[in-house]
Amino acid sequence: MKTKIREVVKKHAGVELANVQDSTDLYRAGMTSYASVALMIALENEFGVEFPEHMLSRTVFESIDSIAHAIDSLSEVNQ
Amino acid sequence: MSPQVETEELIASGAFRQALEIAAGQAADVDRRGRFPSETLEALRAAGALGWSVPREYGGAGAHIGELSQATLELSRRCATSGMAFAMHHIQVASIARHLGGGSPWFEDYLRRVAREQRLIASATSEVGVGGDLRRSIAAVQPPSADGLVQFEKRGSTISYGAQADDLLTTVRRGPNAEPGDQVLVLTHQSQMEMTQTGEWDTLGMRGTCSPGFVVKASFHPDQILPVPFGAIAAETMVPYSHILWAHVWLGIATDASSRAQNFVRAQARQSPGTIPPTALRLSELSARMAQFRALVQTATDEYLDLADKDGRRELSTVGYAVRINNLKIAASELVFEACYGALRICGFAGYGNCGPYSVARQLRDAGSAALQIANDRLHATNAALLTVYREGK
Repeated sequence: MKTKIREVVKKHAGVELANVQDSTDLYRAGMTSYASVALMIALENEFGVEFPEHMLSRTVFESIDSIAHAIDSLSEVNQ
Repeated sequence: MSPQVETEELIASGAFRQALEIAAGQAADVDRRGRFPSETLEALRAAGALGWSVPREYGGAGAHIGELSQATLELSRRCATSGMAFAMHHIQVASIARHLGGGSPWFEDYLRRVAREQRLIASATSEVGVGGDLRRSIAAVQPPSADGLVQFEKRGSTISYGAQADDLLTTVRRGPNAEPGDQVLVLTHQSQMEMTQTGEWDTLGMRGTCSPGFVVKASFHPDQILPVPFGAIAAETMVPYSHILWAHVWLGIATDASSRAQNFVRAQARQSPGTIPPTALRLSELSARMAQFRALVQTATDEYLDLADKDGRRELSTVGYAVRINNLKIAASELVFEACYGALRICGFAGYGNCGPYSVARQLRDAGSAALQIANDRLHATNAALLTVYREGK
């Protein structure tokens, strides 16, 4: 899943992916709030999920790890 | 309801009442000459009011945003410039006090100094070249020189009371190689800075805030950098505090203008008892608008009070909260102008003049800055982007 997330991040987060580890803070790496919105939408499309209101938060999208964790928790609910 | 009692205690103190009187007395001169309201500031210092938002453990009053809001409103009814300076100062104090990052001896000591010495803090978040975006900086902290001090040089486009403040809280990039959004906050004293004014502040309204541009060169100890990323400070404190306290400045201006209009209509009615003057209909309209304005501002203040502490704090970083707090700023900044213009229509030329009990000229001119101070179109653009992902009410 993280490979897929990396692909979406690469396309939408506006950061240099070579410098990004799974735990890297994407905001510090250069992701703007505009880019983070694009990333949220692209992730919803890619994984077929819908982030509920409380998950549309800075902290949820700050790293590949935290994104993976969020998508995991949503998929569990759906299954 | 202990917070209510405390609000009354701070605001009802004789020393604060005195500051309010002084603000009322000097408002016209501050406006006419475009000078800083120094007498009000001295009176606020005498009341200890610059330390109100400093937590009690550091010698302050530990006031929360509800209390600061009421004080801002009362000041702004008399002199919007004084109210805005008071508001901006407390936005800076809260941005520090709520983000000490689990302990920062330098900043803890600094907060004690704010309370003890009643130091006034200005803000340098704006910058030439970033187009008004709070979350981007060009200036950066430069690596230490031989003496262990670090530097920055920033071209601030508007720094309110920059020349009058004791200290400056500035956004800069964490280092020379950091991304524009990788920002930190730095607190520097006047003695550590060289500030060169660029341009004039000779404006339509809010004239006494003295907010020209400055080139700021600072040399300071690395401990003077707040140990928390600015993104969190902005979302949890600086942006909500700004929008809520500014909204109270504007509510104060509108309250002043509408009570002048009310007095005008009452005087008209007294001249011909038994008939309702035609302006009374406009006053009713204004009264409804003011009710809407007060409700808007109160709701936003209550929501922040609910969320500001540990449990709700995460919620402040959500897309939903960002949309709502931007909406507050947009709506309040438009309502204040509409209310003041409504009051002008009621008072007629008695309102259009710069003097007299029914003058609303200063209030209208001050209100004109509200939609520009962080341009509403910028906030609409941000909300437009956020609303593509956020589903309101879901």
